[in-house]
Amino acid sequence: MAIDFELSEGSKLAQAHYHDIALKQMRPISRKYDLREHDLPVEWVDYWWNEGRFGTKGRSEKLTEGFITICLQAEELCWGDAGLYLRMPTPALGGSAVSSAGTKEQKQRFMSKFREEGGHPIWGAMAITEPQAGSDAAAIETTADFDPDTEEWILNGTKIFCTAGEGASTADGGFVVVWATIDKSAGRGGIKSFVVMANTPGMELIGCEKKLGIRASDTATLRFDNCRVPKENLLGSAEVRKKDPTKTGDKGFKGAMATFDASRPIVAAMATGVGRAALDFLKEELENQGVAIRYDAPPRELTAIERDVIEMEAELQAARLLTWRAAWMMNTGKRNNLEASMAKAKAGLAVTKITQKAVQILGPVGYSKKLLVEKWMRDAKINDIYEGTQQINQLIVARRILDYPSAMLR
Amino acid sequence: MIDFEPDEEQALIIETVHQFAENEIRPVARETDETGIPPAGVVEAAHELGLVANALPEAQGGGGARSAVTGALIAEELAWGDLAIALSILSPALLGFPVADFGNDAQKNELLPGLMDSAFVPGSLAIVEPRFDFDVYRPETTATRDGDEFVLQGRKCQVPWLDGGTHLVVIANERPSTASSSGPPASGHLAAFVVPRDAAGLLAEPELLMGLGGLPTVELAFERVRVPASSRLDAGDDDLRRLIDRGRVALAAAGVGTARAAYEVSREYAKVRETFGQPIATRQAIAFKLADMAIEIDGARLLVWEAAAALDRGEDASRLARLAWDQVTRIALQVADGAVQVFGGHGYIRDYLPELHLRNVAGFSSFEALALV
Ligand SMILES: Cc1cc2nc3c(=O)[nH]c(=O)nc-3n(C[C@H](O)[C@H](O)[C@H](O)COP(=O)(O)OP(=O)(O)OC[C@H]3O[C@@H](n4cnc5c(N)ncnc54)[C@H](O)[C@@H]3O)c2cc1C
Repeated sequence: MAIDFELSEGSKLAQAHYHDIALKQMRPISRKYDLREHDLPVEWVDYWWNEGRFGTKGRSEKLTEGFITICLQAEELCWGDAGLYLRMPTPALGGSAVSSAGTKEQKQRFMSKFREEGGHPIWGAMAITEPQAGSDAAAIETTADFDPDTEEWILNGTKIFCTAGEGASTADGGFVVVWATIDKSAGRGGIKSFVVMANTPGMELIGCEKKLGIRASDTATLRFDNCRVPKENLLGSAEVRKKDPTKTGDKGFKGAMATFDASRPIVAAMATGVGRAALDFLKEELENQGVAIRYDAPPRELTAIERDVIEMEAELQAARLLTWRAAWMMNTGKRNNLEASMAKAKAGLAVTKITQKAVQILGPVGYSKKLLVEKWMRDAKINDIYEGTQQINQLIVARRILDYPSAMLR
Repeated sequence: MIDFEPDEEQALIIETVHQFAENEIRPVARETDETGIPPAGVVEAAHELGLVANALPEAQGGGGARSAVTGALIAEELAWGDLAIALSILSPALLGFPVADFGNDAQKNELLPGLMDSAFVPGSLAIVEPRFDFDVYRPETTATRDGDEFVLQGRKCQVPWLDGGTHLVVIANERPSTASSSGPPASGHLAAFVVPRDAAGLLAEPELLMGLGGLPTVELAFERVRVPASSRLDAGDDDLRRLIDRGRVALAAAGVGTARAAYEVSREYAKVRETFGQPIATRQAIAFKLADMAIEIDGARLLVWEAAAALDRGEDASRLARLAWDQVTRIALQVADGAVQVFGGHGYIRDYLPELHLRNVAGFSSFEALALV
């Protein structure tokens, strides 16, 4: 192989395809569902279910570049609208969890409905966060107790901030992957993930959050009150590894965390899409005003705006390339834990700054709800928070580069 | 197809150059900076690796394997050892690449074989001028046509000037004839000339810079230096803009290497330096700084590679080169400053490397074409 920055023809086709969807299906309703916070964006959900999800089938399937293409899709669609992207009827993070920890049978059982034609829209979600446990995922208190008589797990606890949690918990056929502990005394070793099918008795949708941005996305609180799930719905093995001072971690928890190696590059790509939306708009607006960015002017002669734009572009491109690298590593089967966190940390912060700068440069126009720039700033910020905050990803990078176990750097 | 893996040959080059940087360059980096004398033995040994010769045309005995990506990989590894020594080692390209790209056969045959001889012969490129308002695209050094000759007039600085060099390339503002030689220089008439070091009217004054102590550089005064018209390289404005892009990509790669060196020494130091009973690396204030360094270095490197790959495809890479260049200029300073900080008071002391890295990378905001890919 050799260093190459050219997307394959298939990727370019996919990029153009998703860009078109972003432009035609998402942008026109972007403001509408920003304002109507908890409404289901019916036209978008239906579009995606009936058409969008079949993607570029028949056109470029063979030519795509695996995770790179998934990242391109995320970038383009979030260039369209990040909130609507998160509302798409897909397995989403729940799917990532099933793919990385589930058996073949489980993958088939939980995911096939998302591929079948017809039916009604369904969603997947992942519920880790609890009121007292966010960054410190090992501190979750939701319990799963085994009932040997019925061979079921009984879940009890409350999950918050569950993206797509409303759709996933209420539309038959969808599911929520719930993290719970089967043995509190075992710490991380006792944490397992369970697939809870939508409308399982005992799982209750409490409501959705009102948010700074990505308002089209349903961020749900879910309560589990003696919620029973069949034993076959536990992802991975039920074996508990007791805390062993000679071991720094546990496969089960680590396995669950490995989901993030696949999802962080996607989140980074989503971030890049939002940042690019703002940057594209800014550059277009400047061009309309006759301001061309001179990439060849000496620094001393650059206007403050040119300087800002060049920096924004470089930052965005650095984020994108770090993202593609992490995705490319997934494709080639290389372990990308470090690189996925690098991409996420870089992209989350870069687009937070880029969108804030865009609002600033565009002045009253940028601040107004007549345009989408102010929305992109609000949407961008979530990328610096979920899937591991900026600090948590710095922590992961730091541990990896210093070769420290988590006990040495918290 | 997106790919971030150097090919086999490049991987081998990286490994070879890295080992060389580690075993030969790094141990003499401090001393070289202090004395200002390039380590002749190291430079000769590097010359034997044929890093520049490999990229020069086959017709003159080179390897014919010019690649901006490979050049960037080499520059990063060498500069990881030491920036000044890296620039010394790569200096033959300052003469060799412009002549290879834009010289006629006579110029190539005259100048290139010497650069590939068994003995190291440095090259020089004069581009930057000693003015705060210098614009690389509008040099004030003029080349005025006078019959069969050009008359060069002006000043240059940051010109590498290692012992043993015979010729340099000068970037000047070309003017058609003496008749119109008064008045401010017009823009958009970049031209390049090959000038012998001993040309009459060419005065070289050794320079002292904040960094690059180990790279001899001079300020040059061209006082009506006359060169034959044939010494003008066959390069138009666009060609020379690309040359500038090539300089930026090469320097940006070297900046990544320098930043990486600063990052790595501070990372290792942070793991052994203890305060309050614990290594400082176990403190987030230090660990996160190191994490950010690692992230920024990788991000900047990918920008450099992307720009280099565009050059290799023969595309106009000026935007990408600018992005890479700007990013490296910014993050290299951030990283080197961070490295000094991680070392605390020791970082300020010339026994340790970070202060050298800081002084070196501070120059990136004014450097141009101190190396080429
Ligand atoms: C819109 C939205 C959607 C979400 N979607 C999901 C979802 O689908 N599923 C899900 O499970 N969760 C989801 N989350 C939860 C999200 O992942 C958490 O909010 C996030 O992990 C941070 O946790 P926290 O909010 O409890 O903050 P805390 O963990 O309390 O952190 C507070 C601050 O302290 C910092 N901090 C924490 N620990 C450290 C440390 N060791 N070192 C340095 N700094 C530290 C953090 O970076 C942060 O700045 C979502 C959140 C939001 C807002």
